[in-house]
Amino acid sequence: MSNPFGDSFLDLICLVLLFPLAGTIINGFLGKRLNKSIVGFVGCAAIGLSFVVAVFVLLDLLKLSPEHRVFEKDYFTWIGSGAFKAIAGLQVDPLSVVMILVVTGVGFLIHVYSIGYMHEDESFYRYFTYLNLFTFSMLLLVLANNFLLMFIGWEGVGLCSYLLIGFWFEKKSASAAGMKAFIVNRVGDFGFILAILLIFVTFGTIDFTEVFHAAPEHLQIGSSVAAIITLLLFVGAVGKSAQIPLYTWLPDAMEGPTPVSALIHAATMVTAGVYMVVRCNVLYTMSPFTMTVVAVIGGATALFAASIGLVQNDIKRVLAYSTVSQIGYMFLACGLGGYITGVFHLVTHAFFKALLFLGSGSVIHGLGGEQDMRKMGALKKFMPITYITFFIGTLAIAGIPPFAGFFSKDEILLEAYTKGNLFFWGLGALAALLTAFYMFRLLFMTFHGNSKMTQHVEEHVHESPMSILFPLIVLAVLSIVGGFLGFPTMSVINEFLAPVIGAGHHGSESHHVSSNLMFSMMGISTGIAIVGIVLAYIMYISKPELPGAIAKRFKGIYNIILNKYFVDEIYDATFVKPTLGVSNLLWKVVDVRIIDGFVNAVGRLTILKGEVLKLSQTGLVRNYALSIMLGGIIIIICSILFL
Amino acid sequence: MLESLLFIIMSLITIACAIGVVFQKNPVYSAVFLIQTMVSLAVLYVLLHAQFVAAVQVMVYAGAIMVIFVFVIMLLNLNKDELEGDRNKMPLQKPAAIILGLILVVMIGILMTRATFSGAEGEYTPEVMDQIGNTQLVGKMLFTKYVLPFEIASILLFAAIVGAIVLAKKQIIKEEK
Amino acid sequence: MAVPLTWYLVLSGILFSIGTVGVLINRNALVIFMSIELMLNAVNLAFVTFSRQQNSMDGQIFVFFIMTVAAAEAVVGLAIIIALFRNKATINVDDINIMKW
Repeated sequence: MSNPFGDSFLDLICLVLLFPLAGTIINGFLGKRLNKSIVGFVGCAAIGLSFVVAVFVLLDLLKLSPEHRVFEKDYFTWIGSGAFKAIAGLQVDPLSVVMILVVTGVGFLIHVYSIGYMHEDESFYRYFTYLNLFTFSMLLLVLANNFLLMFIGWEGVGLCSYLLIGFWFEKKSASAAGMKAFIVNRVGDFGFILAILLIFVTFGTIDFTEVFHAAPEHLQIGSSVAAIITLLLFVGAVGKSAQIPLYTWLPDAMEGPTPVSALIHAATMVTAGVYMVVRCNVLYTMSPFTMTVVAVIGGATALFAASIGLVQNDIKRVLAYSTVSQIGYMFLACGLGGYITGVFHLVTHAFFKALLFLGSGSVIHGLGGEQDMRKMGALKKFMPITYITFFIGTLAIAGIPPFAGFFSKDEILLEAYTKGNLFFWGLGALAALLTAFYMFRLLFMTFHGNSKMTQHVEEHVHESPMSILFPLIVLAVLSIVGGFLGFPTMSVINEFLAPVIGAGHHGSESHHVSSNLMFSMMGISTGIAIVGIVLAYIMYISKPELPGAIAKRFKGIYNIILNKYFVDEIYDATFVKPTLGVSNLLWKVVDVRIIDGFVNAVGRLTILKGEVLKLSQTGLVRNYALSIMLGGIIIIICSILFL
Repeated sequence: MLESLLFIIMSLITIACAIGVVFQKNPVYSAVFLIQTMVSLAVLYVLLHAQFVAAVQVMVYAGAIMVIFVFVIMLLNLNKDELEGDRNKMPLQKPAAIILGLILVVMIGILMTRATFSGAEGEYTPEVMDQIGNTQLVGKMLFTKYVLPFEIASILLFAAIVGAIVLAKKQIIKEEK
Repeated sequence: MAVPLTWYLVLSGILFSIGTVGVLINRNALVIFMSIELMLNAVNLAFVTFSRQQNSMDGQIFVFFIMTVAAAEAVVGLAIIIALFRNKATINVDDINIMKW
């Protein structure tokens, strides 16, 4: 089957990038003069068209045999300097196709949602410009065929997150959060760029295909170079994907508009780290040490963030910590070798996390900006569609069959059990329990129980408009059926992604796991989720006084968790304060006294010279004439003496 | 011998008049001395077989240009106070200038006596010039070899006339304010 | 050739020096101008002398052009003096010192 544009849609892969870029340019330069409906239409159409192209690319890719499902297209040499060569080229393979489908698909829904959500905002066009640029950067990141181009997308995503988190920059906390995100990301990017340099030094190229082909020859399994490269790459991933110890920016990122949070958490940005680890799985597999680090950090983050999520009262913050936790899950899977499982969880997570964020946005929208769960409650009857979709999302993240989260999470736990050991499995299981608990806590506090809204707010509560509900419904459906992509024993996604994972390492080995074990694991994880739900039900529905009592009983621990383990304060004391101190020192002593001193001294010296020399400027013409004559005589004397 | 005598007399007159130009207090006297200097120089030009230049020297320099000078002196009509000016702001200027001037004379003298000139190479010996006529030769040169500078000189003179008018005319606009 | 040409050159040098001294010691702009004319005449004399010495007409032509320039210069210079006198009511160069610091 041919299309009117050429032999194959694969050739048109750059369109996936160009549509959002065009949207950015149109909205960025003309948006101020266009009216809002056109701006919104352009923004959505850009991503929508991109999604359509991505679908056709997928169909074209499926027509090829699994081994040949790699398509590279070089556009131009971007940097050529000696041995170093960076080509602006795109790569389409199952992994990037999955990513672009998620990014454009979920991104499109978020764009549509934004039309309704941001309609009152004055900087509507600016918002859509950033949003399109964000999507463009993420697509560039996943489509790049070399490390440097990927880094450009990586930085672009960082930039856009800064712009969007600080979108309401009149609010001090928002601009501070934007800066925090940007700076914390820099730490990770530093690792990433060092990794790129090291890769170039080691392999002499930064092209993905060439590096991964050369890796087995150049590096020994377990060699220190492999470990350093992968660790540095992982530092980048930690920064971007908000893992311990660089997760602190993500909860603060809630200062941005809610759809932005959804975009950052579900479709773009935080998944970049997971994508990068999976993309470089060949390198990671060569360094068992790094794998362990990845798994430990992933598992620890999953548990750690989940525990913070237990006590947060801001609806978006709970979801933010839940994201950190879920990304931790993905890294846990990757660290254990289950790259495909990680991607699978990434996809399902994109569906239900986008759903949850957009749902919370709908709630906030309905309540006129209220984010504190303690002032909600009983919203079920006011916002039925939001409630139903949110409930589906909650079931999905808690891991109740047959919703999307169940399959992916179950697979991760299975991976942990078969590949790792009970320790990792325990981490994951505990995190799953906590997840189920805090998510249902959120659901109960928001939608059930008694209304704790103020009179004024309650009068104005309303169900959101269609542009907000439509994405919710679509995402709810995806959250229900998304899991079947990776249905055990006949996992579509496993099969599709298998070629991406390096030879000698077959992604998930769950195929070989006996069905007994599999079903018992399923049972256990469902059981865990139900325990969590029941606990939440007891504490927040049947005995609402219980949480307070527990909090009082374990006051110390409660306070620590409520304050997020004081991590922000610790960072503040260990990094921010000393940096500020040193900067102050450099500013007030080195810069003001020494450097400015030099500059001022040069200036004063010039002035002083001028003061002396100006005495010769008498303004008396005859004096000048005398000087001229003196000079002339000196020249004549010289010519007599020396010629 | 007559030539040498003429040269000595004329050069002495020239120097004396030049000193007069410089040291006279009254600009009118200075102008008169300058005219005499130029006329004496014209005699020296004749001695050097440059009759045309000598004639121009008298007519243009001593005549036209010096008339402008005297005219301006009369136009400004300076009284004695204005000529004297305030007290001398640079008491050292005069002795310093005279000393430097003497040094300059000595230096130029040294340069001139030490200089060795190559032999005569031109075709216009005094005999040839006397035969054809100095004025005719000058005219021929001006309209052949030096025709372009000649034309440019005309433009220069024109520009000078315009410039002089612009500079010297009363600034009507300013006065109306 | 009874008179050595060097004498003419020395005379030219003396005239030039006198002109220079005149420029330096006089405060009256008009006299300064006359001194400059004196210097130009000294140069003219040197040109004519060289012309004679080289048996060439070029020196005399140069004198011709120098006279042209001198005329132009005198006209413009005197116009400036008039304009100056009109604005400052003086032609004493020591009083015209607004260009100093």
